[in-house]
Order: sequence, then structure tokens, then C-alpha cells
Amino acid sequence: MSVQLPDSRPFKVSFPHMGNYSIPVKLLAEQLECEIVLPPKMTRRTLEVGARHSPEFVCIPFKYNLGNYIEALEKGANLLIQAGGGCRFGYYGEVQEAILRDLGYDFGMVRLLGGWKLRDHIGDFKRVNPRLTMLRALKAYKLALRQTQALDRIEDYVRRNAGFEVQDGAFEEVHEAFLGELDTARDMRTMAEIESRYLGELEAIPTERPDDLLRIGIVGELYVLMEPFSNLFVEKELAKRGVEVHRFVTVSNMVEHGGRKGPAHVDDLIARSGDYVRYHLGADGTESVSMTYQLMQEGFDGVLHLKPFGCMPEVNAMASLQRLSREHTFPILFISYDAQTSETGLKTRLDAFCDMLRMRRQRPGTAGAIASGEERSTA
Amino acid sequence: MSKVYLGVDVGSISTKGVVIDSDGEVLARSYLWTEGNPVRAVKRVLTELETQVDGDAVEVVSVGTTGSARELTGAVLGAQVVKNEITAHAVGTLSRHPDVRTIFEIGGQDSKIIIVRDGVPVDYAMNTLCAAGTGSFLSSQARRLDVPVEDFGEHALRSKRPTKIAGRCTVFAESDLVHKAQIGHKLDDIIAGLCDAIVGNYLNNVGKGKEVLGPIVFQGGVSKNVGVVRAFEKATGHEIQVDDDGHLMGALGVALVARDSGLEAPFSFGVRDVTFETVGEECGGCPNDCEVVIVLREGAYLDGWGNRCPRGMERVRERICPQEESLAGAE
Repeated sequence: MSVQLPDSRPFKVSFPHMGNYSIPVKLLAEQLECEIVLPPKMTRRTLEVGARHSPEFVCIPFKYNLGNYIEALEKGANLLIQAGGGCRFGYYGEVQEAILRDLGYDFGMVRLLGGWKLRDHIGDFKRVNPRLTMLRALKAYKLALRQTQALDRIEDYVRRNAGFEVQDGAFEEVHEAFLGELDTARDMRTMAEIESRYLGELEAIPTERPDDLLRIGIVGELYVLMEPFSNLFVEKELAKRGVEVHRFVTVSNMVEHGGRKGPAHVDDLIARSGDYVRYHLGADGTESVSMTYQLMQEGFDGVLHLKPFGCMPEVNAMASLQRLSREHTFPILFISYDAQTSETGLKTRLDAFCDMLRMRRQRPGTAGAIASGEERSTA
Repeated sequence: MSKVYLGVDVGSISTKGVVIDSDGEVLARSYLWTEGNPVRAVKRVLTELETQVDGDAVEVVSVGTTGSARELTGAVLGAQVVKNEITAHAVGTLSRHPDVRTIFEIGGQDSKIIIVRDGVPVDYAMNTLCAAGTGSFLSSQARRLDVPVEDFGEHALRSKRPTKIAGRCTVFAESDLVHKAQIGHKLDDIIAGLCDAIVGNYLNNVGKGKEVLGPIVFQGGVSKNVGVVRAFEKATGHEIQVDDDGHLMGALGVALVARDSGLEAPFSFGVRDVTFETVGEECGGCPNDCEVVIVLREGAYLDGWGNRCPRGMERVRERICPQEESLAGAE
């Protein structure tokens, strides 16, 4: 059984944070017609309480999720939602529920197991809100997807350009305002209008793109990629170093590829991996290798590979990535995340990585020197 | 007066300084222990360097800092360049060994590998989790064996059959070492085994997946240990070069970066007589509790870091330097 309702009424629904995706998830959760209790913004305390009650060797997304749940329960939530995943994450909901029960919290849990299709989950949601119809759920799903696309498009633009802003914080300011407006949008037209208006505002921000600008792609495990707090704001740190940052793992992208487990998508990734992967590595591992190969072909300067410490699918990917890096002298920086909160080590490595990429650039004929400031489409 | 450049490398264990001329020749060098007090160590380095240069003939026009205390030292010295130690080491080593293709570096608390091809650094890695392959591991084992770490090399070279010691992790290594000693392995063999263990750990951990090609230059404090040098030669099958100034490459590198930066500002060795104080405090403004550090020069705010948002610095600065005018307006 994947739904257990709490004893207490009324229901107060909550779910973990991941980047700014609480905006579309909230829209979906509203269809349950009960109060929504967002966990407080991620802070060091979130990690502390999460890590304290987690198994020591579990990966960091588990600890952040648990921290979010505890902080949401403290705020009065009584019904928690957990999604599945392509690795042992799929089992996290059960373990987290057991831990929270041992801690004495009284709550219910909705675990979204199985596929990405709405019909797999509608029954679970109807147990929370019997008035929910398939039609209404479908409509909400489409709206949330549109909202997610707007979010991903705007954030993609920010990633690629924030490093070159003339005035510090200009992009962040517009980005924040965008999030505020998007959060309240409840129809397609408004969402489209907000997206294009803010894209215009972002494009109007004065930037200075240097001649030696670097293009770096970010690949790896999806949670640490998409939750900036968990990766110590690595994208912002790169932007500060004058880097055009590209990331392809987004929720829109995942939905488009059927949760990236669709066999056709995996076959396509393998076909475009330069023979560095021959079979599916599980979760995002195949994607990490294939994407890195494609970025290298496109003339990117380097790739950052992020993973939670001990992440099995990404450890699998690393062996192939190391061979690729060696055979093509293509720079890849590997970063593992756990409960550490000091950015110093990360900054040292990023500084050195960017310096190295620039030094390579100075020599004509060195791999990576062919990249220029060409734009990728924002699709 | 001719222009000279100062480079300072403040590591966890040792502090290094050089003064170079515009050709990159080292005019003065200093190497001493940090002893947990980077500011004091830097002042002592300045004193040592000053006695080696002719103050009337040269003028320091640019300063660079590197090493784990580079921010703090940079603020204290008013440095023009603050560079990470990986870049500094690569630049320093390349100036002396333009044909190098692999740089091994083992310092007190960290170790790194830099892969160079055609005179350009193309890849690097740094130990992330574990101190098993670093100098502090060697010195703690030296204490256990009651042998000065400086004599390790000599002992290791005398060994005919190095003891096999698990180098995966300091905890395993230590218990392995104790067992081997208790069942009667010779001291020389155990020390040689430790050198092998360090090298094995380094190559498996830091050097994992990297193509190690000669010429290889080995530097950092541990490179002074001939036992480890020999172990590296055995493991890689390449000759290992150790520069006499190998421990100074970071300082040299950052001095060269300062020289090439084109940034110049007056500098006086008299800065060693100025009082610097650092104060660390948790902000407390939100649950992040950023640990903000503020550097005071003669009691006045000089620099600070550790805050995630501008408010954090304001809050801590107001508490530590209440005499200052409203900071909100000054920011």
C-alpha cells in the first residue's frame, strides 16, 4: 500500500524541496484540496537534523529530504509526499517513514512508486481527496508541466549569462521576482506571458562577455544537480568565475524522456556516447557519460561531474568518464557531496579548474580551444 | 631600484616565502612551520626574507599569496594576487621544469596530482576524503615509532624487504603497523613499508585514472623523504625528479603570477610590525549560522569572509566593530 492517511484532520500536505520545483509541485498538491505546508527554506539546520536521524552511509539526498520532512512536521504538516527514483532512492520513502515514526511523529505518507504516468498515481491521490477527477488531475498536471518549463527555461538562461552581468546581483534580482510571479500563475496564458516578459527582462540586463569565456557543462546525479543548497551553489560559484554554465538535467527534460528510463532514450544516449557506455548504468549514470561525450564533441572546455558520496550509478559512470578524460585529454572535475558545509575546498578546486581551462586555451591546437560563445537553443 | 616580487605560500603545516626578480630568479627564500598561527608565521617569513635582500636596491612592487591561508594572508599583506595552490604549484614547477608531464605533490594535509602536456596543465586531482596519503600521516607514524620523520628516508633505504602495510586508511594502517611490529618485523622494513603504503594510497586515490608519464617532478614536504621518492620510482617505473626548491614551488608560482598580473602597489616589509587580529563569530541571523571571520588591522576592520549573504557580514561587523559608522550605508 502506498498511501497511509494520518489519524489527525485536516490534512496538511508537505513535500521535500528540490531547487525551485516546489512551485509546480505546490500547484499539483493544491488539487488535493488541503492546506499545504512548505518546508522552511533549506539551511544548515535542515541538514543537521536530517543527518542526525539518517543512517551514516546513506546518500546526501536522503538526509536533506529527511531534514525537510522534520522541519515540515514541526510546522504542522501531517501528510508527506515522497517520489520514487531509479536507484535505491526508490526505497527511501519506506525508510524515512520508519525513522519519522520512531521519532514519534504522527503523520501519513503518500509514496509515488512506479512510473511517471498520472494514471499510476490517481488512485493514491483520490484517497486523499475523493473529489479529485482524472480530468482535473490531468489539467493540473499539464499546468504544472508548463510552469516547470517556464522555470527551467528562465533558469537555463540565468545559468548561461549570470556570470557576465555588469552589475552584481542583477540576474538574481530578476530571477527572484520571476519566481514570485510564477508561483501565483494558475493558467497557461499567464505562465507564457510571465515567461516571455521575464526572458525579455533578463535579456535586457547589461552583460560583458569576455573573449576568454569558458563553457562548462554540469552532469551527474539529479538531486545534487538540481538542489543548489546541496551542491554548495556550484553554478553560482562558476558564474562568478566568468563561466557559461550548461546543465541538461532538469525536470522538464526528465518528463520529456519519460523519467529518463524510457528504453528509446537510453538507446539514444548509448548510441551517442562514443562507445564509452555499452549498456544502461542505472539512474543517471548513462546520461552522465553520454552527455559528457556530446559536450566534448561540441567543443565545451570541460565538465563538472557531481554526485552524492557513495552514489552507485554515478560511481559506475566515473570509470567510463575517467577513460574518456584520459583518452581525449578532456578535463572533468569530479566532486562528491556529503554533509560537509565548508565551501573552501570546493572553491579551491573550481579556481584551479578554471585556471587550468584558461591555460589550455592560451595554446592553439589544444583540445577545447575551439569553443566560442555560440548559443544553444533554450528548448 | 629594481622591481622584485613577493610570493607567500601558507599551508597547514609550513609557511613558505620567496622574493624573485623580474627574470624569475629567486633572491630570497624562507621556509618555517605555520604552527597553527598563519599571521605570525607570515611575519616571521617576512623577517627572514628581508635580511636576504638589499632593501636599498630592490623594491617589492607586487605580492601574491597561496595555500590554505591565502585569503587571510592576502588581506594582511594587501596582496595583488590571491591564487589557489594548484595553479601556483603548476606555474612554479613549469618555470623550472618546462618539460614536466606529471607533478606529484604531497603536503602536510593534502596531496595532488597535476597532469601537464606540452607545457600546459590539462588535468588535476586533489585528495578529497582521507589523510592516509599525506605528510601528517607519516609524522604521526614517526611519533609512534619514535623515529624523527627526517630520518625516515635513511631507514627506508636500508630495508631489503619492506613490510606490507595496508595504506587504504590511516586507521587500518596504524593497526596493521602495530601488529607487524609486534610479530617482529624490523624497524627499517616497517618504515619502508609505510613509504610504499603512502605511494600506493596516493596512486590509487589521487592518481586514479590519470595517465602518469615522465618526466615526473615530485614536490611538497614529503618529497624530502628519499624513502617515498624510491617507492614512487618502484611503483611508476619512472625516474622521479625532486627539485631542491621543491617545497617552495607554490610560493615561486604565485610570485610569478603576481609578476605577470601587471598589478603593482607599494609594499613595505614593515607590515610585520602591524597588529592583525582575527575574530570569528556565528552570525545567528538565520538557521544557517554562517561562521563569519573578520580580520582587524590595528583594531579596525580590514576584511572578512564566511557570510552567505551581505546581511551576515553587516551583523557580525556591527557587533565586533561597534564604533564604526552605520555599515548599511557604506556597503
